[in-house]
Amino acid sequence: MAASTQTAQQVQELADDKYKYGFVTDIESETAPKGLNEDTVRFISAKKNEPEWLLAWRLKAFRHWLTMAEPTWAKVGFPEIDYQDSYYYSAPKGSDDGPKSLEDIDPELLATYEKLGIPLREQEFLAGVAVDAVFDSVSVATTFKSKLEEVGVIFCPISEALEKCPDLVKKYLGTVVPYTDNKHATLNSAVFTDGSFVYIPPGVRCPMELSTYFRINAKNTGQFERTLIIADKESYVSYLEGCTAPMRDENQLHAAVVELVALDDAEIKYSTVQNWYPGDENGKGGIYNFVTKRGACRGRNSKISWTQVETGSAITWKYPSCILQGDNSVGEFYSIAITNNCQQADTGTKMIHLGRNTTSKIISKGISAGRANQTYRGLVRMSPKAEGARNFTQCDSLLIGNECGAHTVPYIESKNKTAIVEHEATTSTISEDQMFYLRQRGIPPEAAVALVVNGFCREVLQQLPMEFAVEAQKLVGISLEGSVG
Amino acid sequence: MSKKKAKKMLEIKNLHVSVDGTEILKGLDLSVNPGEMHAIMGPNGSGKSTLSHVIAGRDGYEITGGRIIFQGEDLTGMAPEVRAAKGIFLAFQYPVEIPGVANTTFLKEALNAIRRFKGEGELDAMQFVKMMRAKTKELGISDDMLKRAVNVGFSGGEKKRNEVLQMAVLNPTLAILDETDSGLDIDALKIVAEGVNKLRSPQRSMLIITHYQRLLDYIVPDKVHVLAHGKIQRTGGKELALELEEKGYAEFDEAAA
Repeated sequence: MAASTQTAQQVQELADDKYKYGFVTDIESETAPKGLNEDTVRFISAKKNEPEWLLAWRLKAFRHWLTMAEPTWAKVGFPEIDYQDSYYYSAPKGSDDGPKSLEDIDPELLATYEKLGIPLREQEFLAGVAVDAVFDSVSVATTFKSKLEEVGVIFCPISEALEKCPDLVKKYLGTVVPYTDNKHATLNSAVFTDGSFVYIPPGVRCPMELSTYFRINAKNTGQFERTLIIADKESYVSYLEGCTAPMRDENQLHAAVVELVALDDAEIKYSTVQNWYPGDENGKGGIYNFVTKRGACRGRNSKISWTQVETGSAITWKYPSCILQGDNSVGEFYSIAITNNCQQADTGTKMIHLGRNTTSKIISKGISAGRANQTYRGLVRMSPKAEGARNFTQCDSLLIGNECGAHTVPYIESKNKTAIVEHEATTSTISEDQMFYLRQRGIPPEAAVALVVNGFCREVLQQLPMEFAVEAQKLVGISLEGSVG
Repeated sequence: MSKKKAKKMLEIKNLHVSVDGTEILKGLDLSVNPGEMHAIMGPNGSGKSTLSHVIAGRDGYEITGGRIIFQGEDLTGMAPEVRAAKGIFLAFQYPVEIPGVANTTFLKEALNAIRRFKGEGELDAMQFVKMMRAKTKELGISDDMLKRAVNVGFSGGEKKRNEVLQMAVLNPTLAILDETDSGLDIDALKIVAEGVNKLRSPQRSMLIITHYQRLLDYIVPDKVHVLAHGKIQRTGGKELALELEEKGYAEFDEAAA
């Protein structure tokens, strides 16, 4: 009793103080009318009190968007999206909407939380039960926030950054992913509602992993999230995005944009665990995850490393890429994509080598089960000036069952004779011998599959920060449940 | 407890097994008491490996007649992992590679799965490491082997020693060693046999399946059975193995023909 009183008190204190921590945006309860037009864009910008230049940029994006066609080259299929049938700005749900308690939540979802070992309080948050604050996360964020301020790291919602450091936002926003990039990114540029902003000053090694997980109102910005991370000279940051727990969301279309900029001798490590609702066994429902992520290694000796564990969403369309501009810069892409039931994923990376002696490494592990289909699609481009550039690519696919598919589509363009590009690819299955061996040692079939798959993904799992790695391993097993008879 | 001890470890009665419609075992009988070590010898294609797989519960083996009773319980239809949890261990002729999975991870997963099944608590990381240290020391196995991925890049001898290590950790009541001697030179054979001998106990029975007598120079069985044409053709003491070494299996070929 005493403990819970204390908890309630602390939560209240944090809730009162929340603006100070910068993790909650002040949004009035209002919703833009359904549909998308210039007024919608103006409404969003006005709501967020944005500077003139940003509204102008959004409008340019919107007008361009009207002229664009959906990208159709990916190996995914879905009915045409009716953009006029969505809301593009809605205030956070009050306690009157949504489920009242965990009793109203799909028991299957709760069972998954249980398996992942997620505390009750966080389960409520993730399931969309109205709670004031996620106790653990907020208290952690509080302590961390002061540590970050000490070293001059800026970590806040992008809308807040527009007030705090507008020049930085203006200088970098849209410079890695231009508003004309592709239909999904352009839509995001026009209507993005929020996202994270990170700036690491020169010479600073960010003292902790930065995580969106700490942001308690993240669920309302999930649909068109925009993230901008700048690592100034000789700085380092590791950023974690997402959550292993399946997130409930009413919005089917997610079109996020992430831009990273690394200056001289800077390093950015960006890790994602994506577990949005994949739809049911027959492919009904589920999120369309159309994400544009790109990092620019602008400085000499800079490094950008993407690590992703993609297990959710009905459709994943995602190619975290690196533009290796600075001499000796390094790009890395480590990926695990798991598709089960009717999920579709077309994912990979682009490594664009512009500078001399730039190097890139791609390790992609695709696991397909059920009737799922997935494609690795990757581009390695060696430009004429990329003297001595190198790439190594390894693409491994694992098939579980005989109704799923795995496809590898590597594009290699080399315009420099001194550049070296290596590509290795394998396709394998979980053999009957492996299953019998593991079961003979007492390991039940689903755990056996999880073990083999975790082994298959080991190189990528090792890249994840500790706090993600353990959960991600469990997630790998859970994602494949029901894939063996 | 005393009642349980009186039970047979393994009792196979008139067992008929088909694979893809072809009958491999044709009325096999076998009875093993707790603590006994039996050798099953026979020519290639006599059904030795079928016997080991069917006791362990591998898919694809259809029991068309007879029964396998393990500690008083009929194994028919029981999943392999349940049989393992109840104490049946099969040392594989060809241990399987599991890339990327460290030997320790695999062993911990297996041991804890069995402990969960039995309602015993799982071992935490510290307890597990402590137990592993004791086992590897006892069997003279290097820590390096624990860190490597299961059987990946292992030599023939290392693979078989790994099987013995697994047996030591999982502590079965019935261990079946399927052609453990295959692919081993004499030095490796001695090491593996030494490991097996250390695991002999009055509570544990073993079934040694082999083509050649030489393994039995190092692992001395209580009984030797000759399996040919899907049946036990003859049963004797360890001297039967020596006789087979001298005469070969020709006599059993004729007997069946």
